[in-house]
Amino acid sequence: MEYILMIIGAVLVNNIILVQFLGICPFLGVSSKVNTALGMGVAVLFVMTLATLVTSTLQMYVLVPLNITYLQTILFILVIASLVQMVEIVLKKMSPSLYKALGVFLPLITTNCAVLGIAIKVTEQPVIASHGFSILDSTLYAVAISIGFIVAIVLFAGLREQLELVEVPKGMKGVPIALLTAGILAMAFMGFSNLV
Amino acid sequence: MSKLNILTKGFFKENPSLILVLGTCPTLAVTTSVNNALGMGAATTFVLLMSNILISMLKNVIPDKIRIPCFIVIIATFVSMIDLIIQGFLPALSASLGVFIPLIVVNCIVLGRAEAFASKNLVFDSLLDGLGMGIGFTISLVLIAAVREVLGAGSFMGFTFIPSHYNMLLFVLAPGAFIVYGFVMAAVRQILNNVEAKRKARQANA
Repeated sequence: MEYILMIIGAVLVNNIILVQFLGICPFLGVSSKVNTALGMGVAVLFVMTLATLVTSTLQMYVLVPLNITYLQTILFILVIASLVQMVEIVLKKMSPSLYKALGVFLPLITTNCAVLGIAIKVTEQPVIASHGFSILDSTLYAVAISIGFIVAIVLFAGLREQLELVEVPKGMKGVPIALLTAGILAMAFMGFSNLV
Repeated sequence: MSKLNILTKGFFKENPSLILVLGTCPTLAVTTSVNNALGMGAATTFVLLMSNILISMLKNVIPDKIRIPCFIVIIATFVSMIDLIIQGFLPALSASLGVFIPLIVVNCIVLGRAEAFASKNLVFDSLLDGLGMGIGFTISLVLIAAVREVLGAGSFMGFTFIPSHYNMLLFVLAPGAFIVYGFVMAAVRQILNNVEAKRKARQANA
């Protein structure tokens, strides 16, 4: 039961983009078409799950036992950057079709603050309070958070596709009008705020 | 480009968050109050300044192929430093900025300036560039935060002057961040366009 609540909380109530403000760069950058938005979303799901698995394992068995948690930021960003490189190389060999679909988005994810943000957040406070810090919980949380990312970016891309056809004042063209749209989307997501 | 120009181009003309649309996550997240915006701006400026100086010093030492990982390690070092400093001396600011201090590492502004400017220019120029970009980022954060804090909390830098039942809570919450950011960006872009058009008209007349 607590897992279901955790997943609903991560997807809708604490949506990573619209409530936590992480991963705004891809949200604004790669959201002009629904298909590319979906590709980016799946790539984030893939990388974030792997990255959180690896970083939580490191946190549990390396950083905390050796008492060097102040190196967390440096270690995590290095792990994420090299992980993305590795995933890219492995995908290229193992599954060219998947590589073709995700390839363009993978390098972009290194600088996506959502991945590092979630990796740090799960170490700061446990995902499910009664369990304490657990690698399994953290990874599941990363999966749920990335589903929330996909939901938000796909919805937003759908809206932006419509927005292309509308005439807007000159100063509002491009990013400003997209931000206003995102604001209205965020307002809609506020409706979920007391769900869990 | 003159030295003054390198310093001031980041203020408005190439403002990182309003014109180049970089560093959007902290821009949205920490602008709930002017104090938070100033704190975040100062922390980012410090990291930009130090990483720009160090990277431009080391630009001939760092091999070209692994420059991005090297830049990231340098940036992450300064971010860890400022993170520990803020935790030690300003615990209240550290609590309200939370995860966004360590996230300066992946702020595209810092890596972007390292890659686009510091790795190609002299130390002093890079210093000016880092300082200018940092100040520009702080200006945009404070602009957005001022609107949000006045409308949403009826105060400015913690000083309350509007009774609380006139407050529009929406502006402190998530949707307000997107909406105010959109409007401020549109306004600044429109003003810059107008200034540019006027200057061109004057040049054409003269």
